Amino acid sequence: MAKVFLYPTTSLILSDLVARFGHSPLSAALQIRERIQTPGLESPPLQITPEEPKKGLKWAAVEVPSGVRGRMSLYGPMIDEAEAAIIINNADFSFGCMGCARTNELIKYLVRKRDIPVLDLEYPRNEEEGVEFVAAIKRFLDALHGGSA
Amino acid sequence: MTTYNPRYAGTVTKYVFVDSPEMTPSDLAIRAYEISQGVMIKETCFGLQVTGREDDVNRIIDLLRALDPSHIFVKDRGFSPGDPRRCRANLGGARPGYFGHEFEMGLIRNISKGLESLPSRKPGDIPHPPAPSTAPRLDARDLKKIIESQES
Repeated sequence: MAKVFLYPTTSLILSDLVARFGHSPLSAALQIRERIQTPGLESPPLQITPEEPKKGLKWAAVEVPSGVRGRMSLYGPMIDEAEAAIIINNADFSFGCMGCARTNELIKYLVRKRDIPVLDLEYPRNEEEGVEFVAAIKRFLDALHGGSA
Repeated sequence: MTTYNPRYAGTVTKYVFVDSPEMTPSDLAIRAYEISQGVMIKETCFGLQVTGREDDVNRIIDLLRALDPSHIFVKDRGFSPGDPRRCRANLGGARPGYFGHEFEMGLIRNISKGLESLPSRKPGDIPHPPAPSTAPRLDARDLKKIIESQES
């Protein structure tokens, strides 16, 4: 079973397909859950504390805005941990609450800088594309260690 | 600053989305209540949220998914159901993550079709998925030349 980084990190489709085909999806929910379930000081809404931008310095320079560094403290550990990645490129909703454009660029850059298998896709717009989309993800995941190939 | 003590510590929460012509969220909820055995089930407009110990949640999810495998989709959730920081009863509108779900649920029938067609696909068939455009974009050097030509 390989750990697969997802982009968008909140994607239902990717999260489901990776788990369905026998691997472990690395999604934002896991990092949020870790913070939500850790006792400490109240810091709503996501329990992101002033410590997070400091942790983010591992992935982003000090002059980078704290919002990017704070987000990188969530996504950075998952990128480091990942053994493969699936990226969907035309995900408009990844700009907003999930991440700013600079964070998204940095995530993609860091994923590509790591020497791991990466599958680049776009969201399927019709059923024919859906068939190919699912087949491509299955083929990619089967080729990873612990896959069915 | 007030002290924060988490509710439902040590549990996991998973979303179960259903988009099926043969099953509604309430059908799914009834099945889930039948096998819940102490796990918290919350029915929603799109499916369920299941909260409990990881093993119990996974067991229930596996049983639910088997009811309609190509139309039931599952993902992790960070918050537990009803968390006042996320629950729309407190926020007065759709919670932020809902828009991502709404977008992907609009495409989910394409994924269902893909899952249904997998068994009939030949093992050696190379998939041709929708891939990002490789058309060249404006080169930074060209942009610089344009700017300089305008300035002079």
